[in-house]
Amino acid sequence: MILWKMIFKNAFRHKLRTALTILAVAIAVLAFGLLRTVISTWYASVEASSATRLITRNAVSLIFPLPLSYYNKIRQVDHVETVSYGSWFGGIYITEENFFANFAVDAETYLDLHPEFVIPGDQREGFLRDRRGFIAGAQLAERFGWEIGDIVTLQGTIYPGNWEFQLQAVYRGRDESVDESQFFFHWEYLNETLEETSPTMADQVGFYLVGVTDPDLAAQVAEEIDAMFENSPAVTITETEESFLLGFISMTEAIIQVIRLVSFVVIAIILAVVANTMAMTTRERTGEYAVLKTLGYSGTQITLLIMGEALVISLCGALLGIVLTYPAASGFRQALKAFFPTFSVEPATILLDLGIGMLVGIVASLVPARQAVRIRIAEGLRRIG
Amino acid sequence: MENRANIVEVRNICKSYQRGEHTITVLNDISFDIARGEFLAIMGPSGSGKSTLLNLIAGIDRADSGSIMVNNEDITGLSETDLAGWRADNVGFIFQFYNLIPVLTAMENVDLPLHLTGLSKKGRQEHVEAALGMVNLIDRMDHYPSQLSGGEQQRVAIARAIVTDPAILVADEPTGDLDRRSAQDILGLMERMNTELGKTIVMVTHDPHAAQSAHLTRHLEKGEFSV
Ligand SMILES: Nc1ncnc2c1ncn2[C@@H]1O[C@H](COP(=O)(O)OP(=O)(O)O)[C@@H](O)[C@H]1O
Ligand SMILES: [Mg+2]
Repeated sequence: MILWKMIFKNAFRHKLRTALTILAVAIAVLAFGLLRTVISTWYASVEASSATRLITRNAVSLIFPLPLSYYNKIRQVDHVETVSYGSWFGGIYITEENFFANFAVDAETYLDLHPEFVIPGDQREGFLRDRRGFIAGAQLAERFGWEIGDIVTLQGTIYPGNWEFQLQAVYRGRDESVDESQFFFHWEYLNETLEETSPTMADQVGFYLVGVTDPDLAAQVAEEIDAMFENSPAVTITETEESFLLGFISMTEAIIQVIRLVSFVVIAIILAVVANTMAMTTRERTGEYAVLKTLGYSGTQITLLIMGEALVISLCGALLGIVLTYPAASGFRQALKAFFPTFSVEPATILLDLGIGMLVGIVASLVPARQAVRIRIAEGLRRIG
Repeated sequence: MENRANIVEVRNICKSYQRGEHTITVLNDISFDIARGEFLAIMGPSGSGKSTLLNLIAGIDRADSGSIMVNNEDITGLSETDLAGWRADNVGFIFQFYNLIPVLTAMENVDLPLHLTGLSKKGRQEHVEAALGMVNLIDRMDHYPSQLSGGEQQRVAIARAIVTDPAILVADEPTGDLDRRSAQDILGLMERMNTELGKTIVMVTHDPHAAQSAHLTRHLEKGEFSV
């Protein structure tokens, strides 16, 4: 239809003005996309990290254990989803210089609580089946050249003797923030051995790991757990995996709200920019719209003409902004690796960008279109010449 | 309804504008007829209300009171939408400043009114070529208005005005922006539209030379005809 040609021709009639408007929209869409990616990245990392994981330990000190009997009690607490436990083993591999963290853990629940450990399915099964099996981080396995099936001997420090394990699985981090240098084996293996060699040390765990259903409830659950053991021989302290995290969250939450607000201010700004451009162009074309009306064109057709032009401009800007978002995001990722190990643009953000482009085009043309439609023909024709 | 001899019947038209405190009466109780096939020139000094009167007859402005019958229809009672359709069917417009759409070629400008009809693409093309042929601009049909002279642009405008085959052509100072030669071309074309196609033409002008092309001249002064 001839209206299409007019829409596109009109949109690029003032090349400089249109180019500047498109650029403004593109920059705003880019800013919006990056801000949103900051927000989504932040939420993703909070979700992935320990906001839903609590650690319960002996109130006196980390080196004092807790009775295994607490396990069932902690499981009964409201909003507790999964409970795991483990002990710091403190084994030495050949010499003390080879230090790495090694733990005896309740294997299945421990892995359930660490979705950030990515393990091939068959290896996971192999590890869970083999009582003497162990799982190592990819970085650790590489450091010592361990392969699946290798036997590794740790020399006990807290628990005397030489302990033999077979490598059954290697985990990788879901993202760069995950520590890939740890060593886990079955707590059951440790405990069975202790029952024979030193029964007083058996049925004791170094810590409980508690998964809660909702990070917002973490503080409440922690209080309930500690209250439960207040009058027991082993009093507990329960805190988020990184104890500062709760305070950190509430502070960051405020910053995130500000970023969110700014991202909407950005939209308001592009709306103003495009609306201003449309107001200027439609005022200049009052005479042309009057001619079209004279020829019998309807208000709806005039509105489509103006709205189409605004949409061409705002969608061009949105598309340019989207195209720029990817290199900008990867630049961001390079520059801020430590803070944003996974800074990637979500498809939802792109859809939102396009939605904003549409919305801005439509809203920005409402007032100019209304004015162009309302002005009397005789009045519009007088504006010519 | 039988075809009356008069294509336009204006009865007791009044039109005034409010400017601040003052009411300016532009047309004061005007009544007159235009015969079918007439070529009428309306003359008068600047500001005498010529354009206002023409706009009322052409259905692009509304009178305060009175009635206007054009081509057997009382247009004072039509809604905006009906009036738009009525204009598309009945009136061809020629303006002083040509008023072509600058982003469309000559051919597309002439095609513009046809988009509101039910014509097929092929049918439209035939009409456009016939109209451009009549104003002798077939070879310029792919040119944009900015690539045409004033006289040529006005010829495109005439083609646009006649392409839908309206009963009446209205022209507001069609030669007002043209040099003598081009003006003469345009007036010649309009005479042909009148004699060969039988179009009724109402032309506003303050140029006595232009008015000579018309069969009949009426003088408007201070809102009234002085015959
Ligand atoms: N929209 C308007 N508001 C106020 N005054 C107007 C308006 N339109 C026309 N006029 C006045 O009406 C008078 C007649 O205008 P017009 O019909 O354009 O005269 P002409 O075409 O004969 O020069 C002029 O004085 C003009 O200033
Ligand atoms: Mg005038």
